[in-house]
Amino acid sequence: MKKPSLRSVLPLLFRYVAIMIVLLFTVGPFLWLLSTSLKSAGENIFAYPPMFVPQQPTLDNFFRVVESQPFFVYLKNSALVAALSVALNLLLASLAAYPLARIPFTGRAVLFIVLLSSMMIPFQLLMIPVYELAISLGLQNTYLGLVLPHACTAFGIFFMRQAFLSVPAAIEEAAIMDGVSRLRIWWFVMLPLVKPSLATLAVFSFIAVWGDFLWPLIIIDQPSLFTLPLGVNRLASTFSLDWRLVAAGAVFSIIPILLFFTFTQRYFIEGAMKGAVKG
Amino acid sequence: MKPASSTRIVGNPLIPYVFLIPACVVLATFVLYPALKAIYLSFTNFNMIRQAEFVGFANYLNVWRDPFFWAALKNTLLYMVVVVPVLVIAPIFLAALVNKHIPGITFIRAAIYLPVITSLVISGLIWKWVYEEQGILNYVLLASGLTTDPVAFLTDPANALYSVMAVTIWSGMGYYMVIYLAGLQSIPRHLYEVAEVEGVSAWQQMIHITIPLLRPSIAVVTVMSSIAAMKVFEEVYVMTQGGPMDSTKTLVYYLYESAFSEFEMGYASAIGVVLFLLTLVFSLINLRFLREKA
Repeated sequence: MKKPSLRSVLPLLFRYVAIMIVLLFTVGPFLWLLSTSLKSAGENIFAYPPMFVPQQPTLDNFFRVVESQPFFVYLKNSALVAALSVALNLLLASLAAYPLARIPFTGRAVLFIVLLSSMMIPFQLLMIPVYELAISLGLQNTYLGLVLPHACTAFGIFFMRQAFLSVPAAIEEAAIMDGVSRLRIWWFVMLPLVKPSLATLAVFSFIAVWGDFLWPLIIIDQPSLFTLPLGVNRLASTFSLDWRLVAAGAVFSIIPILLFFTFTQRYFIEGAMKGAVKG
Repeated sequence: MKPASSTRIVGNPLIPYVFLIPACVVLATFVLYPALKAIYLSFTNFNMIRQAEFVGFANYLNVWRDPFFWAALKNTLLYMVVVVPVLVIAPIFLAALVNKHIPGITFIRAAIYLPVITSLVISGLIWKWVYEEQGILNYVLLASGLTTDPVAFLTDPANALYSVMAVTIWSGMGYYMVIYLAGLQSIPRHLYEVAEVEGVSAWQQMIHITIPLLRPSIAVVTVMSSIAAMKVFEEVYVMTQGGPMDSTKTLVYYLYESAFSEFEMGYASAIGVVLFLLTLVFSLINLRFLREKA
């Protein structure tokens, strides 16, 4: 076998060095957080030079965090709110997108423009009236209050419309010929064909809802309904002097999303491509 | 079996609306109605307690005369001027760097994407810890001799806004990298092969092939990152609360403060309308500018 020449290895080496520098910037802060969260109370976290690896690694900080604040409740709330929001998003977006893609009807063009322009409105403009509305509907400090404003996005509708447009018309026409109702066609014929897009939309709406902070901050003030971002924020303001605990809380809240990401990674890469370029 | 010809129909003309109603009800309730209501509120003195009274353009006049509004607007514009070019350009190089099937590339891409999936509150806290006066970043800077004294990243008004910007950049890079990766897939490989044969350097290939052909993706990233920079909130909330000396008070943070600390809902709505108009203008300018050049 021929040995690879220096000329061919050098660019690759250079590429890996550049990648290492980038990773130091993107992943480095996470590792430093993790290291801090594992340091025992006896270890100086401000040591100079800093200790990258904890001297006596311990899970103490995690136990203390869970004892002092209901982090598992926060986790449950986050998961519940995200799951409900994702389910509603998929259902409402794929329902609305179907006629927009496939059935001509009066007012389609107008509706299209209204939807498109609604994507331009920043939530920050809406939050005061939505807050007022949520209070008058009795949605303050409720799961429904957290979920409903996330239940449907114009982006989701456009994304699903794009998916339906790519399904060959012949498949649907055959079903119409056989007298199958539109609702059954939607459920039994169309939805199975756009599963990858549904998965992508699910993953993206999950991340958006999971990380949301501003809306929960406004509508929730009972700790028993806090989502993880609110919980970590509360932890940080209670224990602002003990970074071990803040770090442990932050690590706690990153782990679930990291697991989720590990299993759904391919949808992120595929999805960001589809969504950004076409949507 | 029914004869096919008789069932070839448009069906019940009401069917499409049945599909549309659930989504439309939600969007009308939580987007359309609030948008109109916000515009209405911006012409009132609503404060959650008293009945809203119509005050004409008083809120807008007050916005115009409010030095805090101008300071916040200046901070937000500065934010965009710094953050948007970085988020438009750096991810192109990042994408080019990982657009090769080398061992470990899936893991590498995922690792660069990691900050994107992390909620901004957590990202803000992570960096607050990194920025500590006796923290890791100051250690690196001191040890490498780049500075002689620890840098007050978040406590010096001259640094704070830039320190917060770095977090926005850190959180967004991976996302835009993926958009560029998609763009790179659509550039025909043979262009690079020809360039290679002609002896064109990697840098020249980047300037003359990659960047011109990525223009559609660049347009998308410019619009998205401008809107994101205009709406920055969480990083400021967690790291500086708008301080020190209002140096990190952005438009959205000021809006939040007016609405939910001062309860000046009418005034805050006027700021919101201004924010919306700015978003609109920036998106249109960006799109027009990038289309014309394409």
